[in-house]
Amino acid sequence: MNDRIENGVTKGEKNRALIFLKALATRKEFSVFAALVLLCVVVSFLSPYFLTVKNIFNVFRQFSIIGILAVGEALIIITGGIDLSVGSLVGLSGIMAGVFVNNGASPVAVFFLVIACGCAFGSVNGLLVTRIGINPFIATLGMLSIARGSALLITGGLPVSVESAINFFGDGYVGPVPFSAIIMLIVAVLGQVFATRTLPGRNVFAIGNNERAAKLSGIRVERMKMMVFMIMGGLCALCGIILTGTLSSAEATAGTGYELDVVAAVVMGGASLSGGIGSIPGVIFGAALMGVLRNGFVLMGVSAYWQIVAIGVVIIAAVSLDSLSTKRKGS
Amino acid sequence: MDDKTVLRLEGITKKFPGVKALDSVDLTVERGEVHAIVGENGAGKSTLMNILSGVYMPDDGRIYYMGREVHLRNPRQAQDLGISMIHQELSLASHLSVMENVFIGRLKRNSFGLVDFRRMRRECEEQLGCLGIESISPNQKVGDLSVSQRQFVEITKALSINAKLLVMDEPTSSLTLTETEMLLAVMRSLKASGVSILFISHRLEEVFEVSDRITVLRDGCHVRTMPKAETDTNEVVSLMVGREIEHVLKRDHRKYVPEEKAVLEVRNLTSGTLLKNVSFKMYRGEVLALTGLVGSGRTELVQSLFGLEKIESGEILIDGTSRQISSPCDAIDLGFGLVPEGRKDQGLFLEMSVKENITIAHLPAMSRALMLNVKQEKKVTGEYIDILNIRTPSMNQQVKFLSGGNQQKAIIARWLLNKPRILFLDEPTHGVDIGAKMEIYRIIDDLAGRGVSVLFISSELPEVLALADRILVMHEGRIAKELSREEASQEVIMQYAIS
Repeated sequence: MNDRIENGVTKGEKNRALIFLKALATRKEFSVFAALVLLCVVVSFLSPYFLTVKNIFNVFRQFSIIGILAVGEALIIITGGIDLSVGSLVGLSGIMAGVFVNNGASPVAVFFLVIACGCAFGSVNGLLVTRIGINPFIATLGMLSIARGSALLITGGLPVSVESAINFFGDGYVGPVPFSAIIMLIVAVLGQVFATRTLPGRNVFAIGNNERAAKLSGIRVERMKMMVFMIMGGLCALCGIILTGTLSSAEATAGTGYELDVVAAVVMGGASLSGGIGSIPGVIFGAALMGVLRNGFVLMGVSAYWQIVAIGVVIIAAVSLDSLSTKRKGS
Repeated sequence: MDDKTVLRLEGITKKFPGVKALDSVDLTVERGEVHAIVGENGAGKSTLMNILSGVYMPDDGRIYYMGREVHLRNPRQAQDLGISMIHQELSLASHLSVMENVFIGRLKRNSFGLVDFRRMRRECEEQLGCLGIESISPNQKVGDLSVSQRQFVEITKALSINAKLLVMDEPTSSLTLTETEMLLAVMRSLKASGVSILFISHRLEEVFEVSDRITVLRDGCHVRTMPKAETDTNEVVSLMVGREIEHVLKRDHRKYVPEEKAVLEVRNLTSGTLLKNVSFKMYRGEVLALTGLVGSGRTELVQSLFGLEKIESGEILIDGTSRQISSPCDAIDLGFGLVPEGRKDQGLFLEMSVKENITIAHLPAMSRALMLNVKQEKKVTGEYIDILNIRTPSMNQQVKFLSGGNQQKAIIARWLLNKPRILFLDEPTHGVDIGAKMEIYRIIDDLAGRGVSVLFISSELPEVLALADRILVMHEGRIAKELSREEASQEVIMQYAIS
């Protein structure tokens, strides 16, 4: 028995550094990180403007919303679900922020009201999935339409101008650093701690791996699923506030199509759509990759229409590479 | 090579990250031969089968089939050559009919290019007839068939594409006794018609009943190939484990005193469509076996007690107090643990580490304000890996890379962490090799010795007789008979299980 302990623990600790490096290289987030670095090198050669401090922080500001949403989406995808209503909920939350501000609510009150509403919408998604048992794809697709329609109904399709201190979330800077980027980093760190160091975080992975076994192990599966949808709703609200702040105006169509970028960031970051696998640093790298890509296109003057096509191609290519390499490893 | 040889493997080697699954294995299969491959879990049997059926490519070595060297790149190619695999997990489409499954991918067409159901039905009937199977009609939905019938459909499918070599992975593991006999009969008639069969089994009685030659694998190496007539069970077992092992566990059986207070008492439990009026008692430190045919309600009973199925009527008493159990959480709070049947379906979190698999049910006790105590988690996991002798390179290894026996021990460890008062084990030794089986028996004995009440479900009667202090036999959702250890024998149990 003694020699086995040696194998399992003592020897393992000697090689810890090596194992750590190996583990790092085989981890899925490593490949997306490598792709990100490579892309940055390429873009910096193509445009000398890319590596300026101003532009770098601009990129951060641009992908911070997708980054924040991707953290929430990653948790849902790890449980084996999906949320397609994120873009619409961002739009609707922005409108609500605008309406609350124009009705004289204080910035602090606006912040908490909008976040609470976001959590409520997320909970509706969660209820549809857990209590009624609708497939999350369909439930959130319905919510996508309901939220977008509601936003249009409230505003009649017209932009709502917003003048309030709460705009700092979107257009504020701390020194040279955009405030929204700081928020994203905070959300990412909290997300990482949640996923790796907390009881509900571990349960999220367990549910995605094997829901039946999770239930048999005493995990309250439905409660956990409700929780991740609610977190997602809250993050959508946060992003609605940021987006409204950036534009100083709330528009009913804001956030349209975000679900694509968000799901793409999560999948590029190494999460599996069948659940159980994923990492928070990975999805942040995924979001950054999308941000740098868009920024690069703008710097090189690529037409906006071509950008849309190119983003689609990149998403498919990234996921194909990944699935091909897994296949090869398996055989 | 003479033309009697259907298949010859030379120096087949296959490595997986951290393990050499096969190390230079040689093997031949003759025409019309039933060749059994035996070995403990992790010996490399399944890897070998997967290489033969084109799922994996070997890293080294050659495969000769019908005298020519072949490179099997995918299952389709192997199938086209006439090598068909009957998987452990059957791969049939359960919403389609038997004939559609048999001809899947090559449906017969009539002159209009539409599916010719009449012709398929006729050919399917012929094939089933050849095998002497009358209980299956080509029109039946596969989902409505029993496991053994599905296996016959798989075999029919293989034969309809002119398979010359059938590879069967644990074909009898989920069959009842009668079904097994039928399958063995089918295997014999296949053999008579010149088809070769390579089959894996843990059940040595069958191996000796049906095979011509037996090959033993151990730790990825070919140990020996012997004609059946020149060997016996004892030799095969010792070759498999590489050492002499005791076959039967001798434990000090416990006798309960009738006036003793029961730890768990179930009164007139009715639940679902199956369970009717089930009553029994369990005492401290007792090993209670729950046996009966597959489908007699054993699993349903245990799962109802664990809060997974709604209890319609009846009462559950713990230490004489009536308790409500409406979810697994309630059951766990009452000190229950359940090692479910079907490790992969209900037990394991395959992508997660051994550590995470072991601690999952104990995490609430190891966290404060929802934050996990990572240090304690490591320490406790290390202790239990030692106690249960779970063989893994590290506690951070993904559990999917462990052998079946070690996976099962990891799930048992999960519950031991909670220090349960009552532990349910549903077919704990299913698909587990002999070495690990003995270890699991010892764990059960040890738990009972420490006052835990153990209820285990098993279809293997020798195991039931060796371990149990008392035996409950189920039949069609009821407890047909409660037997004391002295009253029980295989014949008596079977008699109550059947009628």
